[in-house]
Amino acid sequence: MSAAGNLDVRVPIGALFTLLGLLLTAYGLFEPVSAQAAFTRGGQINLWWGLVMLVFGVCMLLIARRRRRSAATPSSRAP
Amino acid sequence: MATALTPVGLQWIDYTIIALYFAFVLGVGWRLRRSMETSADFFLSGRSLPAWITGLAFLSANLGAQEVIGMGASGAKYGISTSHFYWIGAVPAMLFVGLFMMPFYYGSKARSVPEYLRLRFDEKTRAFNAVSFAVMTVFSSGVSMYAMGLLMHLLLGWSFNASVLVSAAIVLAYILMGGLTSAIYNEVLQFFLIVFGFAPLVIVGLNEVGGWGGLKAKLAVLAISQGHPAGAYTHAWQGMDAPAHNLIGVEWFGVAMGLGFVLSFGYWCTDFLVVQRAMAADSMDSARRTPLIAAVPKMVFPFLVILPGMIALVIGGAGIIPAKVAAGGGPLLDAAGKVVLNYDLATPSMLMHLFPNGMLGLGLAALLASFMSGMAGNVTAFNTVWTYDLYQTYIRPKADDRHLMWIGRVATVVGIGLAIAAAYVTASFNNIMELLQLVFAFVNAPLFATFFLGMFWRRTTGHGAFLGLLAGTAAAAIHHGLTLPAGAVAGVKGGYFGVMATFASEMGQTFWTAIYAWITCFVVTIVVSMLTRPRAAEELVGLVYSLTPRTVGTATALWQKPAFLGVVTLALLTILNIIFY
Repeated sequence: MSAAGNLDVRVPIGALFTLLGLLLTAYGLFEPVSAQAAFTRGGQINLWWGLVMLVFGVCMLLIARRRRRSAATPSSRAP
Repeated sequence: MATALTPVGLQWIDYTIIALYFAFVLGVGWRLRRSMETSADFFLSGRSLPAWITGLAFLSANLGAQEVIGMGASGAKYGISTSHFYWIGAVPAMLFVGLFMMPFYYGSKARSVPEYLRLRFDEKTRAFNAVSFAVMTVFSSGVSMYAMGLLMHLLLGWSFNASVLVSAAIVLAYILMGGLTSAIYNEVLQFFLIVFGFAPLVIVGLNEVGGWGGLKAKLAVLAISQGHPAGAYTHAWQGMDAPAHNLIGVEWFGVAMGLGFVLSFGYWCTDFLVVQRAMAADSMDSARRTPLIAAVPKMVFPFLVILPGMIALVIGGAGIIPAKVAAGGGPLLDAAGKVVLNYDLATPSMLMHLFPNGMLGLGLAALLASFMSGMAGNVTAFNTVWTYDLYQTYIRPKADDRHLMWIGRVATVVGIGLAIAAAYVTASFNNIMELLQLVFAFVNAPLFATFFLGMFWRRTTGHGAFLGLLAGTAAAAIHHGLTLPAGAVAGVKGGYFGVMATFASEMGQTFWTAIYAWITCFVVTIVVSMLTRPRAAEELVGLVYSLTPRTVGTATALWQKPAFLGVVTLALLTILNIIFY
């Protein structure tokens, strides 16, 4: 039994970033940045950075899933 | 002038984001708790992790909150020259440890750096290194815990006690459950969180000051108004001909030799905190690739942690770094009547000013992540050295594996407890901590000479190594005691043996102290080794370069070969230095 159990670290990372991304995106949509921050001319930073994180999280999850599949069918594993 | 630090209060969204981050780091520990079966699982991750994971953890374990805050502060003080701590002051050493030293660390099957010293030299050299390392890790996590608690109190009005205890408890919980694997997995997660938390700060900040060009122009005006050359903040090498011509107050030789060679190689090549990550790798190739993989993001990190400090200096015209508070309540003034800025708040006040709610929670989570990754790095290195090098060696040599694992868990609790105690000592007696850190600096400065001679000169003996280390440490203390940085009074800053020379800055003094310590250790080790009996060649196979068969890597693809990775990294490093000369 390996010390990593059978946990692929990409799964928690992907899940965390997906959740954070969704949260920020939704917050950015419903709670537009008003005058709350003195400087931010970056506009809807919650919205677009939330989307960036969402994409990253989903990519991590997809890679993890592909890995798990190829590990499950050893014949298709890369040499 | 002294702007309030909380223009935006925290909202439910910020708390939710921070809570989510806490839940995930604990979840990782929980998920791994059943896979900790032997002490090798708990302390070494069973040598089972792929290179990209150990590589990111290698970087993240070093990236404590003090690093993030401190590098932002240095960015505001010294400008882009701060990147010397990343470029010349880290990357070459990371390449060296991966390419040339890992074969002995990983190949010797030593379970810790002090244990390698035992195999190569003798018991006393190991004991010296193990004890000083164990004490140092506890104290440095205490100092960083103190800094964290203070920051959270200043920024958000959170209670100092609660901030310290809650973050320590979370780190404790996930290490107790999942050992080194849990620490490493969380370091990878924290790495991404730090990147995603600080990258938007830089993007928004640069956007605000008109891009790199705008920042350069604004900093040029500031530099000239302070009587420096226009490029003082935006050039890393220009003005390095003499200490008086640059903001750091050091000349190129001190930077290249003191920082780039002695201090950097002494840390990255011998510090168990980072080397432990590589030792957890699943193969020799992965172990060698670990620091090389870490070197690539390390090169880019200056843009993430130094730029916020530089932007904070000029954003909005006068910058947003608050002044230090004088005893009377007003801003602190220096001898010339100028306001003294609290540089440690440069990066935090960027977070508070530039991020709206939502992003603010993310930025704070990133700050907490950097704190926790640094803390976990210290704790996992401490419990391993304590258990293998001290407990198993001096207290119960016959302990079985189950007992060792139990001791490791106890050491985790005790280590964190001691670190908390150290945080409170720091809070009440700041000078004691300063003094201790000075002592650690003396002990660490000569270390690389010992490892270098040990690995590459088979004639080196245990007596030579031990006496060399002692002499190097003493040389550091003597050099420090005979010199002073300009403007300082004799005491903890040096000069306690009488002042023979002054340096333009504390940094210059530190670099030169390290250089003298290294040379002394190098020479004494050689002289004593020549006078004492060397060990038989067959005892040193696998521990010394000339007696170890060359490792033939299993990597087939060119881009996986450690040497190729090293060359590419070196080329990128050169290009970066040319761009920001």
